[in-house]
Amino acid sequence: MSGNGLSYGEQGGEAAPELAQEAATTTTPSAPAAFGLFSSDTKKNEDLKQMLESSKDSAKLDAMKRIVGMIAKGKNASELFPAVVKNVASKNIEIKKLVYVYLMRYAEEQQDLALLSISTFQRALKDPNQLIRASALRVLSSIRVPIIVPIMMLAIKEASSDLSPYVRKNAAHAIQKLYSLDPEQKEMLIEVIEKLLKDRSTLVAGSVVMAFEEVCPDRIDLIHKNYRKLCNLLVDVEEWGQVVIIHMLTRYARTQFVSPWKDDEVVEEYSENNFYESDEEQKEKDRKVKNIYTMDPDHRLLLRNTKPLLQSRNAAVVMAVAQLYWHLAPKSEASTVSKSLVRLLRSNREVQYIVLQNIATMSIQRKGMFEPYLKSFYVRSTDPTMIKTLKLEILTNLANEANISTLLREFQTYVKSQDKQFAAATIQAIGRCATNITEVTDTCLNGLVCLLSNRDEIVVAESVVVIKKLLQTQPAHHGEIIKHMAKLLDNITVPVARASILWLIGEYCERVPKIAPDVLRKTAKSFTTEDDLVKLQILNLGAKLYLTNSKQTKLLTQYVLNLGKYDQSYDIRDRTRFIRQLIVPNEKSGALSKYAKKIFLAQKPAPLLESPFKDRDHFQLGTLSHTLNSRATGYLELSNWPEVAPDPSVRNVDVAEPTKEWTGILGITKKEKPMEKFYSESEEEEDECTNTSSSKSESGSESEKEDKEESSSDESSGSSSSSEESSDSESDSKESTANKTSRAAAESSVSEDNKKKAKGIFKKRSTSSSSDTEPTSSEESSPDSKSESDSKSDSESEKSGSATSSKKEEKLVQDRKASNRKDVFLLDLDDFCPVTTPVAVPIAAVLSPSSTADLEGLSLSNSSVIDVTTQISVPTETHELLHRMSGKGLAAHYHFSRQPSIFGDHMVSVQVTVTNTTDQKIENIHIKEKKLPPGMRVHEFNPIEYLEPAGSITVSMGIDFCDSTQMASFQLCTKDDHFNVNIQPPVGELLLPVTMSEKDFKKEQGMLTGMNETSATIAVAPQNSTRLVIIERVVKAANLGVVPSGQDNIHRFAAKTVHSGSLMLVTVELKEGSTAQLVINTEKTVIGSVLLRELKPVLSQG
Amino acid sequence: MIHSLFLINASGDIFLEKHWKSVVSRSVCDYFFEAQERASEAENVPPVIPTPHHYLLSVYRHKIFFVAVIQSEVPPLFVIEFLHRVVDTFQDYFGSTNVGDQLPTGQLSVVPWRRTGVKYTNNEAYFDVIEEIDAIIDKSGSTITAEIQGVIDACVKLTGMPDLTLSFMNPRLLDDVSFHPCVRFKRWESERILSFIPPDGNFRLLSYHVSAQNLVAIPVYVKHNISFRDSSSLGRFEITVGPKQTMGKTVEGVMVTSQMPKGVLNMTLTPSQGTHIFDPVTKLLSWDVGKINPQKLPSLKGSMTLQAGTSKPDENPTINLQFKIQQLAISGLKVNRLDMYGEKYKPFKGIKYMTKAGKFQVRT
Repeated sequence: MSGNGLSYGEQGGEAAPELAQEAATTTTPSAPAAFGLFSSDTKKNEDLKQMLESSKDSAKLDAMKRIVGMIAKGKNASELFPAVVKNVASKNIEIKKLVYVYLMRYAEEQQDLALLSISTFQRALKDPNQLIRASALRVLSSIRVPIIVPIMMLAIKEASSDLSPYVRKNAAHAIQKLYSLDPEQKEMLIEVIEKLLKDRSTLVAGSVVMAFEEVCPDRIDLIHKNYRKLCNLLVDVEEWGQVVIIHMLTRYARTQFVSPWKDDEVVEEYSENNFYESDEEQKEKDRKVKNIYTMDPDHRLLLRNTKPLLQSRNAAVVMAVAQLYWHLAPKSEASTVSKSLVRLLRSNREVQYIVLQNIATMSIQRKGMFEPYLKSFYVRSTDPTMIKTLKLEILTNLANEANISTLLREFQTYVKSQDKQFAAATIQAIGRCATNITEVTDTCLNGLVCLLSNRDEIVVAESVVVIKKLLQTQPAHHGEIIKHMAKLLDNITVPVARASILWLIGEYCERVPKIAPDVLRKTAKSFTTEDDLVKLQILNLGAKLYLTNSKQTKLLTQYVLNLGKYDQSYDIRDRTRFIRQLIVPNEKSGALSKYAKKIFLAQKPAPLLESPFKDRDHFQLGTLSHTLNSRATGYLELSNWPEVAPDPSVRNVDVAEPTKEWTGILGITKKEKPMEKFYSESEEEEDECTNTSSSKSESGSESEKEDKEESSSDESSGSSSSSEESSDSESDSKESTANKTSRAAAESSVSEDNKKKAKGIFKKRSTSSSSDTEPTSSEESSPDSKSESDSKSDSESEKSGSATSSKKEEKLVQDRKASNRKDVFLLDLDDFCPVTTPVAVPIAAVLSPSSTADLEGLSLSNSSVIDVTTQISVPTETHELLHRMSGKGLAAHYHFSRQPSIFGDHMVSVQVTVTNTTDQKIENIHIKEKKLPPGMRVHEFNPIEYLEPAGSITVSMGIDFCDSTQMASFQLCTKDDHFNVNIQPPVGELLLPVTMSEKDFKKEQGMLTGMNETSATIAVAPQNSTRLVIIERVVKAANLGVVPSGQDNIHRFAAKTVHSGSLMLVTVELKEGSTAQLVINTEKTVIGSVLLRELKPVLSQG
Repeated sequence: MIHSLFLINASGDIFLEKHWKSVVSRSVCDYFFEAQERASEAENVPPVIPTPHHYLLSVYRHKIFFVAVIQSEVPPLFVIEFLHRVVDTFQDYFGSTNVGDQLPTGQLSVVPWRRTGVKYTNNEAYFDVIEEIDAIIDKSGSTITAEIQGVIDACVKLTGMPDLTLSFMNPRLLDDVSFHPCVRFKRWESERILSFIPPDGNFRLLSYHVSAQNLVAIPVYVKHNISFRDSSSLGRFEITVGPKQTMGKTVEGVMVTSQMPKGVLNMTLTPSQGTHIFDPVTKLLSWDVGKINPQKLPSLKGSMTLQAGTSKPDENPTINLQFKIQQLAISGLKVNRLDMYGEKYKPFKGIKYMTKAGKFQVRT
């Protein structure tokens, strides 16, 4: 905003009312002339003015409500402008809103006065409340005052980079309004559109595409880079935006991809086989079978991402997808949309009307699409006529040899309908079926002849017309019918029908030589009273008879010609003159009359009975132009498919600057992909996850067979992090078998290991930047963590409990390291680190991460970019399950080991440490009577046979919390007693950390915007602002995986929820002045917001 | 997009107008009135009317025409669907007993369809599974076409941000569904579970369609004997309604209507139960039957007086049927369970089933 505007705005508040008053006195004298007529109105307006002057908001509000009411009723309220505009700066938001409504209506008429309000809007554009900023922009852009164009332009530019997506959305709306006010601004507006097209918010996408369509629909080059993003965002965009985007993408696709209709054989590029094929192989294949069509993956992306929208409740969205499939999908897939379109027929009359029109057009070209739904188009007597006729149209289009008999039976009912207009349309339809399906021509003809005896004249007339057309196709056999129709002439009065009969008799007069002259005689008698249409046919009949049977009819014809000569209609007189010259030979008539017979009785081609929807297909379906069957203003032609596809690489989005060589701490894999991945499909991702998890559970159960001791949890965590190779888990289980010792020994060794491991974790963390896994001095970072755990744990058992898990892990890491060195085939996808084992890359098996990464660019399949990884930090905090006082000496604590549960992949691992504080043995400790919220499951620990006095034991159990923070309640039982206990998980424990690249993170985040995003700004304690501390604190609070980040001030974390596997993406962005923006993107909005709440204090507390 | 909107009542007055861009004179509606005159009935007014400078797209609801003025190409369904939503909103707002003095406030929430800070003392969630049978039955009583249109309407009054899941015993029945935008589509695709954060208050969670290809149980039958004779000015009329496949439930709220041919002057009928009316002007016969007692089937018998001198009508009248069956979803759809996550309180939950006649016609 310009400095001027600002300073003006500051004073505006006080200045405006005074100015307004001044202006009011100057303008009012001219105003009354216009409404002098409505004196009562002006009187009323006086009291409105007074109310507006009042100091009470309630009076003002009442006045404004009445004024807005006047506007809605179409009454003129413009003379109140000065009084109203004063209130634009009102503090009362209700009044303000109504003043805005008034301004939008009258500002254009009273431009000078309207300018007085501008400063208020300019100020509101800076308001901290996004709603006010947005509404100020909305009103500002709705005031159609050309002087403020520069101010609007500035405001739009500013709003387009507003932090609030809602304001940016309004900026997109304002673009269209400004463009319609001043098309000169086009170039500048395109710049803003280009910028907003890059916006990742689902809120903005629909609006900016709308602006694009309005301002610069020909600039498809602006779409290239945003194409994939738009496809991916589409599902989450609001309904109206979806319609606009789908229509735009339909046009786009028709310019960018080659036709999928050329060949029947379609090879999908993303098909399974190609996944394993290298680039060369693919090319070779292409060379071999040159003609095989390969669909561009981006083309496929569009088709796939729009398909779910067929389930939308919005008819416009369903129709938009249907037309997209019609215009873009391979023919074999077009029928995907039929079911959904048929569903829309249950909707309102207006929706039915449009949908039926579109189906009518489709059913001409591709009958098969709607044939299975034939009965859905059956007509009900209660349908409005326009719906009936459209249904009939479709039924006729769908008629074929197989269903014609059913259809004709149905048509018979329709012919009898009380709605005669519809009955007539049915007769037409029967005629069309008769010509299209030769097998039933005779049946139809007989049926129609029966209708000739119908009492309703409209029905009979329509039948005559249709029969006439049918007879033309095969006149030879139908002398009888013609005779029958000649008889009808006495009764029938409808001109079209009479004309048709006369034409028929004239045309085939040689087949009915006795009747024809008689008909002429009768009609000559009634000539003067006939309709013009009939008169013409009488003349025709006379002429034809004169030529074939002049003996009998010469005089009659001349009589008719004389009548025609003096007819009132020049058309008839004209025709009479023409016929006379042609058939009656005299000196003047030239050579032409020799050919009179040939001219009149030439073989005439039978008329084609066609659908009125035949020619509509050149309009894009679903458009206004298609409905009207004529080009509407602003209709954009759908281009033909290009012969050769334009360069597809224009849609590639530049890879973000290669991130700094900062490998995730603790050996978290950082996968750098050589090429931009085309796109990910969450479905495939999910598949992959289930693969992983199934291998997990397999190995888990295997190990359970081998040993049912706690050591199995150790081993399973190892196997679970190895996602694909079974060899790994095998080796692990071998190890664990080897580890099998007596229980006590195992216990101690485990805890011993854990201690080591805890150290190892921090060792690694400290050395991560050098990406060297060689353990170095552990003292650097571990002390503080140790001290922390010390301070928090107060009982001996707790300490050992917490140590248990952390130690296990270190052992694991070491084991893996060892195995890596030994055998390259034991490559672990997660722990794979190119720096430590560079040799492994090229030799690795087909599925090694590097080669999959290579393939990602080529194939469409999404390789394992998002893997569940091992936990980074294990919380030392334990929670009390049962206090020794209430447990009669039995104490129990639990903590979350953060390892994938061995009991099932939806379960959270919980380690329970039971301690005997009595001086007697406690026997048979087990779990009973689970009281769980629906869906929740608990896998209990194996009963503990006995616990020695002062003894303590740690057991693990699995709980499926269903991704909720609800309590799991159960009874902890001993031989003699039972105690009610419950476990409530902190939200951070409902997650499993995952690894992914920064790019994937951003992409996933892009797909989880809008309502899937929660954010907060927090204060960060100064000592917490270093990378290591932030990571340490965050991963401690929640079981998150660290995602490498290219920027120093942004830290990213990722996890999946244990139960549903939904991604949970956490971003911490440090800002100036020790604040940070905390953003969480997840489909699980509830958990997301709880997590946000829990993470806030983590960073702000010192 | 939509330039202006005019609301026109039954007597042809423009009683409300709204302009989003520059003001379009209400005289543009003259084209609409012309079209209205040409169409004999309100429902035959074409939804799309071209005029020299504008296009008029309209919907007709509650005896009011909502006429949108369009200036350039736009998907017509976009406008029509939008207008229907406007009407829905009006209905929601004015339909409730107390129209708030406060203007409704738009709130930006992370969940666009739900406002934040919802609070209730009684937390409850009700779901109504309502199925309508659309059918055409031919003269002989056999089904020509029958399909089921189902909806699940919800009334959810829950505090905070509840996250609900609704599962079905037989989700496979639902192969043609459309959802409220709150439903997580992926979850449905993969698990056939409806997972959603509900809007506050009344809303339609989903609608579904069990198509004509499946066999649909027809819960009632109509026996009819309607005859006109050429010679006499009297006709016979007799219909009986009875239960067919009702799964042991009572059929109630039965209502029979029929549009009699123009030639029928009057009808003298005696019902075995319920009340009947014949309107000699509109020729509409309606019979409010009530409940069907299988032991004593309701019937309506008597004679028709025909206009003297006119020949007998070509077609027997179509019988339209309305009925209700409580506690039954005729498709067999059953809700398995409803769970709530994200909030701690225990809500009261209720599920109701109902089957109704939709467009149910019997040809005679």
